[in-house]
Amino acid sequence: MRPLGARSAGQTRVLAAASTVRTAPAGAATSLASPIANACGAGLGLWHYQAVEIAAVDFEIPGVATYQLAFCDPAAGAAYRFAPGQFNMLYVPGAGEAAISISGETRAPDGSPLRLAHTIRTAGVVTGALAQMECGGSLGLRGPFGVPWPLESCRGRDVIVAAGGIGLAPLRAAIEQLAGERDAFGRLTLLYGARTPDLLLYPADLESWRRRGWDVQLIVDRATPGWAGEVGVVPSLIERLQPLCPARTSLLTCGPEVMMRFSALAALRRGLPAEHVWLSMERNMQCAIGLCGHCQWGPEFVCKDGPVFSYDRIARYLTVEAL
Amino acid sequence: MSQSSPDSASASAGPPVGFLDRDQLPKLLEALLDAGYAVVGPTIDQGAIVYGEIRSVDDLPMGWTDRQTAGEYRLQRRNDQAYFGYAVGPHSWKQYLFPPRTIVAQADRDGDQWRFESREHDDVPRFAFLGVRACELAAIAVQDRVFLDGPGADDVYRRRRQQALIIAVNCTHPASTCFCTSMQTGPRATSGFDLALTETPTGFIVEVGSEAGRELSLRLPLRTPSSAEIEAAEQARSAAEAQIEKHLNVEGIRDLLLTNLNHPRWDDVADRCLSCTNCTMVCPTCFCSSTTDVSDLFVEHVQRERTWDSCFNFDFSYMNGGPVRNTIRARYRQWLTHKLASWHDQFGVSGCVGCGRCITWCPVGIDLTEEVAAIRETSRETSEEASS
Repeated sequence: MRPLGARSAGQTRVLAAASTVRTAPAGAATSLASPIANACGAGLGLWHYQAVEIAAVDFEIPGVATYQLAFCDPAAGAAYRFAPGQFNMLYVPGAGEAAISISGETRAPDGSPLRLAHTIRTAGVVTGALAQMECGGSLGLRGPFGVPWPLESCRGRDVIVAAGGIGLAPLRAAIEQLAGERDAFGRLTLLYGARTPDLLLYPADLESWRRRGWDVQLIVDRATPGWAGEVGVVPSLIERLQPLCPARTSLLTCGPEVMMRFSALAALRRGLPAEHVWLSMERNMQCAIGLCGHCQWGPEFVCKDGPVFSYDRIARYLTVEAL
Repeated sequence: MSQSSPDSASASAGPPVGFLDRDQLPKLLEALLDAGYAVVGPTIDQGAIVYGEIRSVDDLPMGWTDRQTAGEYRLQRRNDQAYFGYAVGPHSWKQYLFPPRTIVAQADRDGDQWRFESREHDDVPRFAFLGVRACELAAIAVQDRVFLDGPGADDVYRRRRQQALIIAVNCTHPASTCFCTSMQTGPRATSGFDLALTETPTGFIVEVGSEAGRELSLRLPLRTPSSAEIEAAEQARSAAEAQIEKHLNVEGIRDLLLTNLNHPRWDDVADRCLSCTNCTMVCPTCFCSSTTDVSDLFVEHVQRERTWDSCFNFDFSYMNGGPVRNTIRARYRQWLTHKLASWHDQFGVSGCVGCGRCITWCPVGIDLTEEVAAIRETSRETSEEASS
């Protein structure tokens, strides 16, 4: 029997302070730096899992559910910090790990139980195993990882969020944060598209965001009876968006790669600077810290140089097939 | 701690500390074994010189050499009894620092819950690497950057690396596939070792490269080399350099490859490449891995096992129902542009050390120096701009 490691399984990870989805005032320290360095520098190693359990499962649309995860160690939950756009590696022993964006958090004002929301589509072995699990189910969690949305650089600017399908999930925490600090930003516009009206995610949140200062415009590829809204694709909303002051507008986009590409191109044609257009890329991820090599895209490690990239940095790779 | 380890500044070779007579080589082995090292070095197995445990000098390939060309490797008898008269074989030292298979974490069922434990700090043996070539020292330095720098240092690598003692051997017999001179990684070992040996007919010139090396040298029966012996060693090293036939033009290679991602040469090499992963297995700097679960029958005790992987594997880039790189063309392009170009962006050095293994061990004899030359000849730096 091998001797167990010196650390207890529930030891907390101390992470760099980063902006979180809170009702706390906007004075909280925000950092664009990925908290990865601190997490591993805490001496806990790359493969240290936090024990979490499923506190709730919210069905969203067919094949998609939001899992609210709670840390088994309350101290770990209290210490966990993430920035919108980052992701966790969720581990189902026996099935494996999957990289899942953090779509939100719930924390009581006294700092007690943190629940991390992960909106997950069933797509493979790990997400399939997750779909079989119920409340109380036990998982492992590593994270957070990745470069988050550059919300700091959006201060004082108009922000357009362009989301396609489940791409709204990695943007949700960013939208919440901007709604919570409304006065720090200019015009806030959410352009959100799905294939059909019944596939639009988070209907209650869409209403909440409207009430809190977001101009929410919805569009579907294909209308169904009862739909009175726009029909088409998200980039067309960008092309027509008025009013627009391109020089002081930032675009954050997430969705299928082709949708992000055309959204970025539409934004550039409207005059947005390429360094203020941001995409959230996806690739096969296993280690999440740039060591296993799977997520490489040209010279970029999507897990640690991304997943959020500015368009000017990666435009040349978007047009190369099978890179 | 060995000073060839990355934690301390790597020392350059000092003046020769002495000469070890040929029949005294067993004393070096004894000193290493007495100090508790697991000695690994070149030995013959299945018709090749690989790396394995060395318990006595008889395990070394005395009197053997290798003949290597693209896609071919053969052992041949020498007409002398040299211990190190060959180039490098299919193995590299990365198998000891970055093990092909290692348990990194485990999960144990505890009622309804899982209990997680990291296994990165399991005990590891203290290795003494006997016979490390200059290109291999460079490869270890490259992997030091990969595994130790950056946001997450790999503890598995770090602990093995810190304990490893490195005894370099200066090449006297390069293979036709070697091109270390083009990559400025050899054939002379200049730093990154604890001791360096140069073999001559009567014995070994010994150079010290670190405090640990110096301490080891004090336990060896060294004598002052004669000027003839010093001369013989110098000549052997110079001759090795002169014998290098293969060259890779590395000028502007990063931009050259990254601005030619649609060059027709990729289709050409894709017709030949089998995507067999040999090159990545033998390459001393390749570091790709996968982590999978290994479970008992009842899924109550699960281990996370990290194993070597290769960008040539079909599902390496699997995402959302299929691999991103779903053609051999895409996969070969990924490997070559990573190795010779992107590596510069990621780690500040080339990923290639010019050891030539990928050329020798490619079953269809693809030679990356030729592929680069072909792209260079008809390079199209058009709308694909290089980044500044």
